[in-house]
Amino acid sequence: MAKILIKGGRVISPAQKLDDLCDVLIEKGKIAAIGKGLSAKDAEVIDATGKVVTPGLVDIHVHLRDPGLEYKEDIASGTLSAVTGGFTSVACMPNTKPVNDNQTVTSYILKKAADEGYCRVFPIASITRGLAGESLTEMGELKALGVCAVSDDGKPVSNPQLMRRAMEYARPFGLTIISHAEDLDLVASGVMNEGPVSTELGLKGIPWVAEDAATAREVMLAEFTGAHLHVAHVSTSGSIDIVRQAKKRGVNVTCEAAPHHFSLTDEAVRGYNTNAKMNPPLRSAEDMAAVRQGIADGTVDAIATDHAPHHIDEKNVEFNIAMNGIVGLETALPLTLKLVEEGVIDLPKAIALLSSGPAGVLNLPVGQLVAGGVADVTIIDPNLAWTVDAQKLVSKSKNTPFDGWQMKGAAVCTIVAGKIVYKRG
Amino acid sequence: MSFTHKHILGIEQLAKEDIQLILDTADSFKEINSRDIKKVPTLRGKTIINAFFEASTRTRLSFEIAGKRLSADTVNISGSTSSVVKGETLEDTAKNIEAMAPDIIVIRHAHSGAPHYLAERVGCSVVNAGDGAHEHPSQALLDLLTMREHKGDIEGLEVAIVGDITHSRVARSDIYALTRMGARVRVCGPGTMLPIGIERLGNVEVFTDMREAIKDADVVMMLRIQMERQSNVMIPSLREYARFYGLNPTNLQLAKPDAIVMHPGPMNRGVEISSVVADGPQNVILDQVENGVAVRMALLYLVSGVESMQTR
Repeated sequence: MAKILIKGGRVISPAQKLDDLCDVLIEKGKIAAIGKGLSAKDAEVIDATGKVVTPGLVDIHVHLRDPGLEYKEDIASGTLSAVTGGFTSVACMPNTKPVNDNQTVTSYILKKAADEGYCRVFPIASITRGLAGESLTEMGELKALGVCAVSDDGKPVSNPQLMRRAMEYARPFGLTIISHAEDLDLVASGVMNEGPVSTELGLKGIPWVAEDAATAREVMLAEFTGAHLHVAHVSTSGSIDIVRQAKKRGVNVTCEAAPHHFSLTDEAVRGYNTNAKMNPPLRSAEDMAAVRQGIADGTVDAIATDHAPHHIDEKNVEFNIAMNGIVGLETALPLTLKLVEEGVIDLPKAIALLSSGPAGVLNLPVGQLVAGGVADVTIIDPNLAWTVDAQKLVSKSKNTPFDGWQMKGAAVCTIVAGKIVYKRG
Repeated sequence: MSFTHKHILGIEQLAKEDIQLILDTADSFKEINSRDIKKVPTLRGKTIINAFFEASTRTRLSFEIAGKRLSADTVNISGSTSSVVKGETLEDTAKNIEAMAPDIIVIRHAHSGAPHYLAERVGCSVVNAGDGAHEHPSQALLDLLTMREHKGDIEGLEVAIVGDITHSRVARSDIYALTRMGARVRVCGPGTMLPIGIERLGNVEVFTDMREAIKDADVVMMLRIQMERQSNVMIPSLREYARFYGLNPTNLQLAKPDAIVMHPGPMNRGVEISSVVADGPQNVILDQVENGVAVRMALLYLVSGVESMQTR
């Protein structure tokens, strides 16, 4: 395999507290050296002057829709979208058809990712069989096969006794429980955040307490069982605070925030914009500020996209019946860099939230630049100005609320295991 | 003053002058409805499709009569007979309707925003005849016309709207319209039926005690309680609802002596309104229905004027 020498970039690896102008040499799929004035014969040299060289970005919340929903996305198109956005590892949610609740589906995903994927794929299995919320999956066997966590994402595990058992059972296998925290009785038939905007538009609301009440229950169960709980897509002020307080008490809890929840509010729904419909919904300005605060103060461990591709036919309908979710892999990096520009966090922190942070949550063997480690590297041009054109996204689906947004910053080169898988240009 | 709105999607889009023009136009059409031959050739050759994807008797009838009295060809399609039940998307339904070259589509739909969706996808005018819990502009306009007839000026009126505000498109449209015209609105209902932020829609004060809400009001408007929604635990019983939020001769005395009583219909007698009040001297409920035809004639006439100006 060819050698690659990345010269003159600002190299940031938060896990090592590394932030320095230096070179990175890649050999045989590994980082051979990080240092100043490196040289290597017959290496492909990449001039990274003015660029930022980071660990390959990690997204622990992605829907690849494969198997079964390939008309929305598949493993090839989803991982191509990932590397275009600078991601070298994704963890994919189990709500496929069939559900990833058994060895066969997990093996299929791993094999297809190895054959056709552009980046690393870490499958997440479901907590309950068929996402039905009734019985546990064979988590031990699935873990041995390679799943990195369990989650019924898209649905909560409503029965608290079952969630308790899931946590107790998953814990000794070292499996994280990723919770989609939502009280469905409180959600009722809501389709957007409940507040003045839902009142004005005459759309049924999803109150913040539907998320907060469920998050509080999950945190208490994690405290009771000692299991590692990861709360997915935290969107409310209350949930952020529940996680913050739990961490102070020493509960084994982590959480993630999605770029849309720190970039948009429910005002984006006006005009009945179905690309602003997702679950949890876009919240109030106060909630968005609280998510940003949680990112700044370390309550939030990872930024995760909840990349949820949907076909145009599933979005080009009345708001009430449109599917929940938006694509996010190709817009997450600039939206996170916007937090740096707005002074919410500094650049190393932003990189941490997109690499070592998420990798640490699920204990994935990626997310840092270290000699001898895997050569997953993303080269970012932090000043590159570009405009989002939904139709030009490489994801199969184009459901983004950021169409037409002026962005600053993009991945210009993405390297997975020492191989260049994406070059912008 | 010329009318510039090709579509009537909601009162929210209308300025005070627009509302005044619609009411004045409706006034001038009212005379036609009392003639022996109730027809003028104003919209001859125009095709109006009343696309009612949600059940309606009064509003559909009113729009149909309005179109016919202006000599338009009106055609009705309803949810049960349309392609909707066959799984066709609203966009495809819209495109198919459009291919038959109507001039105006009047739409009633259970989903809030459906008229906006339609207006973005068809070339003809779209008139909202009620969408979900969002807006019901023609109802608000006929309410205003009725208030104007009985009270002279709308500006300065105290209007109490009592009932399920959360699910009411009538309340939202009335709030916008009354605020634009300078009236003050008091909304009242049980705690479960008052949506967050309703006071931000206009000049609105929120009450949970009906006696306070209707005290010295010029207009008391009662909203229909949706019997079918009771499974959603909004209220304990219709009996208790009638006791705390029903209009009866006793609490009506709290309003101004010359207050008028309105209801968008259909009424649940003995629930939100007692029969004595519904049939009493202060009720103007059938005036509302009568004015509905005139207001809808005005809307169809005004949007078709915008349409033909653009075509020229």
